[in-house]
Amino acid sequence: MASSSSSSSSSKGLDEEERPHVLAVDDSLVDRKLIERLLTNCACKVTTAENGQRALEFLGLGDGQHTVDNSDLKVNLIITDYCMPGMTGYELLKKVKESSNLREIPVVIVSSENVPTRINKCLEEGAQEFMLKPLKQSDVKKLRYYMMRLGQPCNGMLCMGR
Amino acid sequence: MEVGQLQERFVDYTKSLFCEGFLDDQFLQLQQLQDESNPDFVVEVVSLFFEDSEKLLNDLTKTLDQQFVDYKRVDAQVHQLKGSSSSIGAQRVKNACIGFRNFCEEQNIEGCLRCLHQVKQEYSLVKNKLQTLFRLEQQIVAAGGAIPMVE
Repeated sequence: MASSSSSSSSSKGLDEEERPHVLAVDDSLVDRKLIERLLTNCACKVTTAENGQRALEFLGLGDGQHTVDNSDLKVNLIITDYCMPGMTGYELLKKVKESSNLREIPVVIVSSENVPTRINKCLEEGAQEFMLKPLKQSDVKKLRYYMMRLGQPCNGMLCMGR
Repeated sequence: MEVGQLQERFVDYTKSLFCEGFLDDQFLQLQQLQDESNPDFVVEVVSLFFEDSEKLLNDLTKTLDQQFVDYKRVDAQVHQLKGSSSSIGAQRVKNACIGFRNFCEEQNIEGCLRCLHQVKQEYSLVKNKLQTLFRLEQQIVAAGGAIPMVE
């Protein structure tokens, strides 16, 4: 199941409607907890999913589901781990980008491994950014900043070096 | 023991864990995510890490005990353990996992078994130390003090 959390204490002046909604996908429970906290600390609403299949179901792209308009879900960003059993983050990225309803949602891939061919593959498939784990607060702050700026779909690629 | 002494002990102990390489900067990141609205964040994440690691270590023991070792499976599990230990800042466990993966690639059973032993040792050490740290925190709070931030 995908699970949602909202922490009113870290709303930092924004009401429920205005906070960006991030879908975070990772098979590691430790990492899901960490990313959720990092994001809520940056005034984001977070939904976590433990694998690509669950993520797709949440997005309305599961098997047997009719496609859902993102204006109902309002997902502003997807962050996904690259290495996951079953569907990798790359495969999830492809599915999102193949969907006419969801392709505008920026997808960030995270990985503990710095493999240039992997990074290029993801960026070529339309990933907004590739980041190295473990994620720090400063990484998430940068994402938050770009989410505010990405009101409109962006064709260019963002490069956030360390 | 009065609060000041407990706090000093806590600070010294924390510093030693960093000096001895048990913890790295990522642990500081976790501590910085803890606040009044999330007062138990570090304990919660670390507890998840303990549960996760113990399952992985048991599984690894079984996998390496098979007649025909599935090295892909071993590698995947070590990768997971490396990831979670890295995420909480358990540096020595993480480093032990890096060596382990090399032996997996070589399909070297002796090397793998040695590494498993080493990872178990490092895990046991860091678990012990973190539990001591949390106990110290509890003592400070029980004595009415605040937990000092260690730079």
